[in-house]
Order: sequence, then C-alpha cells, then structure tokens
Amino acid sequence: MVKILFIEHDGAEHPVEVATGASVMQAAVTNGVPGIDADCGGSCSCATCHVYVDEEWFSRVGELNPTEEAMLSLSTDRKENSRLSCQIQVTEELDGLIVTTPEFQF
Amino acid sequence: MSETAGSQPFKQSKWSMVGKDPYTMPIGEIDLSHPGIWQANEYLPFMQRLRQEEPVHYCQKSAVGPYWSIMKYKDIMEVDTSPHIYSSEPTIGIVDSFDEFTLPAFISMDPPKHDEQRRVVQDVVAPANLKNLEGLIRQRVCTILDELPVGEEFDWVERVSIELTTQMLATLFDFPFEDRRKLTFWSDAATAIPGGGVVNNQQERWTAMQECLACFTRLWNERVNEKPGNDLISMLAHGEATRNMPQEEYFGNIFLLIVGGNDTTRNSISGGVLALNENPAEYEKLRADHGLVKNMVSEIIRWQTPLAHMRRTAKVDTVLSGKQIKAGDKVVMWYASGNRDEEVIERANEFLIDRSNARQHLSFGFGLHRCMGNRLAEMQLTIVWEEIMQRFHKVEVVGEPERVYSSFVKGFSRLPVVLHPLD
Repeated sequence: MVKILFIEHDGAEHPVEVATGASVMQAAVTNGVPGIDADCGGSCSCATCHVYVDEEWFSRVGELNPTEEAMLSLSTDRKENSRLSCQIQVTEELDGLIVTTPEFQF
Repeated sequence: MSETAGSQPFKQSKWSMVGKDPYTMPIGEIDLSHPGIWQANEYLPFMQRLRQEEPVHYCQKSAVGPYWSIMKYKDIMEVDTSPHIYSSEPTIGIVDSFDEFTLPAFISMDPPKHDEQRRVVQDVVAPANLKNLEGLIRQRVCTILDELPVGEEFDWVERVSIELTTQMLATLFDFPFEDRRKLTFWSDAATAIPGGGVVNNQQERWTAMQECLACFTRLWNERVNEKPGNDLISMLAHGEATRNMPQEEYFGNIFLLIVGGNDTTRNSISGGVLALNENPAEYEKLRADHGLVKNMVSEIIRWQTPLAHMRRTAKVDTVLSGKQIKAGDKVVMWYASGNRDEEVIERANEFLIDRSNARQHLSFGFGLHRCMGNRLAEMQLTIVWEEIMQRFHKVEVVGEPERVYSSFVKGFSRLPVVLHPLD
C-alpha cells in the first residue's frame, strides 16, 4: 500500500492508503477525500480533479500529456504545480506523496 | 444563437416523425433532428432503439441534410474529447447556416482561438466570483418565491424559471435591470424557428436581432470608456484577447452567453419540478432530507439534458464504433441519449435524486468545450431548491406541460402549477 496525503485549501489533512495501479483521483474519491469532483470519471476531460502537487514531488509524478495540458490551460486557478489527479498513476515510488486540493474545482 | 433550425426546412411537416412507431419504421429513416417528436415528448423510444440497434446511425435524408447520430455515452465522450478529429467549426448547430445571424463565437471555434476567447470571459462564472454572487442570487430567489401565489394556478416557467435566469443574466452583463426581459426575448428569438411560437417570420427575427445588436453596441461603447469592471461586457471590452475583436465576434459571443445562461438553467428549473411530480417517491425522499438537494441538482440536469445535442464536423476520415465517417460529415452527439445509456449509467431511465455518481452526466459536455457556466447553473438550481423546500410542501403540476419546438433546446414554454404550503 502507498500513502498519499491530501491537504485541503484550508489546511485540513486527509491521509489515505491505496494500492498501486489506481490513479491519485481514484485514491481521493474511494476514500471520501473532499474537494475532488472527477465529473468525467477519469478520462481527462473535465478538469474537476485538479490538484497542486507538493514541490518536492512534482518532478516525480510524471509529465503532463497534451490533453491534460489543454484542459488545465482553461483552468482559472492553474499554478506551476497543477496536475489533473486522474492522470497520475499511483506507484511504489510515490509512497508519501503530498497534494493540495484547490478551493474550487471548475 | 442560430444553432437550431431555420424556417425553411421545418415548415415541411413531411419530415415529422410524430405518431410513427419507433420500433417498426425503417431504422434508416429515423431522424432525431426534426423538432416534432421533441415537442410532442415522443423522442425517448426513438433514441432507445438507435442505442440498441445502431448506436452510430447515419440519417441520409432529413430537412437539415445527411448527418450521423452518436447515441452512446462512450462514443459521445470520444467525439467530444477529440477536437483534432471532430471540429466545432464552422458551427455546432445541426443546420449548416441558414441566415445572416450565424455569428462567430468560441463555442464554434477550435483551439487555439477558442481557448483564448474563453479564457477572457470564464472568470465571471468561475467559482471564486460565484461565491461573491451567492448572497445576491439567494436574495433574488427568495423574493421571487415569496411573491408567488399559494393555492392558485400559475405558470411556473413564466413566474420562476424565466424570471430567475433573466435576473441572473442581467446581473452578469450589468444590463439595465428594468429592461431585463428583453434578454429573454432576444435569447428565445435567437434560437427560435420562425413560426414556432416566438417569432412569426424571418423578418421578425431579424428585427429582434438588430435591436439586440444595437443595444449591446451601445453597452460596449459605454464600458470601453469606463474602468474595467466585473461584468461580461466590460471583460470583453477590456480583455487583451477580445478588445480588438471584430464586431461580429463580439455579437457572436454575446449571443452565446445570452443563450447559454438563459434557456439551459431555465429549463432545468422547470424540468426538476416536473420530474419530482412524476416521481413522488423521490419528492418524499427530498422532503425527508433536504441535504439531498445538491446531488439532486446533478440528477435534474442529467434528466432534463437542457441541450439535447451538439454538432461536430469530421475533419478527417475516421472510424467510430466500426462506422466509417468521412471528412466533412456532420456528426451529432445526442447528449439526451447518452444520458440514458444503461451501459454507463445504472438505472438510467429512472430519476433517482440520491444516485451515486450523479455528476457523471453528459449535459455539460466534456473536453475543451465543456459548459463554461456549469457551476453557475448548479448554484442557481441548488439555491432554488433549498429555498423551495423551506417554503412549500409541494409544487404540484396541475396540467400538461408545453414543450419547446426544437431538437436543440429541450425545454418548456409552460408548466401550470399550484403551490402547497408547509403544514
């Protein structure tokens, strides 16, 4: 099992443990972490699973794909460490991952 | 917007399928584009048959020419998220272009222009801005509801659905509040089929559009000389990507925002009342737990699917679910059908206010063109239902609803109701 820490915009922490193979979005949804809507169910086409990846982890979660880049480019709250959590696969290497959820999903 | 249908094609009733047996007529002749079955509320079995027998269906002959119908959730998702294959240009309307009111707007643009223009205006309907608007919306909803007659029949569409969405639109544009019903009329006229009830002929439509354009030209000229404000017109007049936009693009985007913010939420407000009346057990669930409102709002939006379809045009030859689609072909995604696809949505033909995954409906579309105002729509509907439940035991539908003559705007022109107070 891999540990992921979700932090809400107001600082509330939600540590979860998930099996590898799922996406970070699924890790949040199946564990009832608030702040992730995932309206499209994980097909990178709604941008409502937007997260900010902790600086230390950002380079380790993989590259943005062009579709993800396109969807994020229309987000009003995009930052340099923005990702769509449905596009990050949970692997052993991500044990201890920290992500923050934005105040709003749009 | 000029995205539904023109006067010429639909005046010929030979295209109507009203009264035909959806299961015995030749499948190739099924034509969902004709407004008749939508107004008559007979469209569901036609969609169901196509989903079962020919989910990617080619209609060779129709008043709007040949077109593909995409009926299943997953196929719709594929089309909607592949703008490099399925273009939104030149139009997202099922009719290619039927008069001089086909104006350019970002809904009918591909990247990168779509992205640039959308970015300028989306902040006004982004959640951060909506948070500031919530108090005002709630106050206006309360005023509208408090002025309604209790115990006597009235038209819910007129008194609540139209009034509320029009007030919202006037707020977003910072439009002269006392003139707000003009917005409603212009929105209705923009999508109207002449002779279908709103305007009698093309000339009346033309006059309405000209009046609208003159008004918004005046407002642009005022705002461009003022300090940048938070309303949509000011954003367009001052935004880097839009301040030098050709006048026709400005008009196109104005119509997009008027129609987008008007018909859709209006018809979901009416549709929810009807759905709860047709499903009394769900109304009972809601009375027992007002906390279900938020989830119910998504279910109402799925159930109503206020825009029945969006159209794309194939840019290249491609294959979808085994069917060969040629470059230039018209491809119509029937959201109203995908939202009833049992393969993806469990018990899709039931209205269930506590359904899990209620948010995963197609009504807002997916991909780059996903509805920009979706959060505003959800917020308005949530507030409306929270406040209704504070006041009334039941909003009872007491007569036949009248539906709009359109295969694009799926909605109601009349919904007679009687309000019953809380005990």
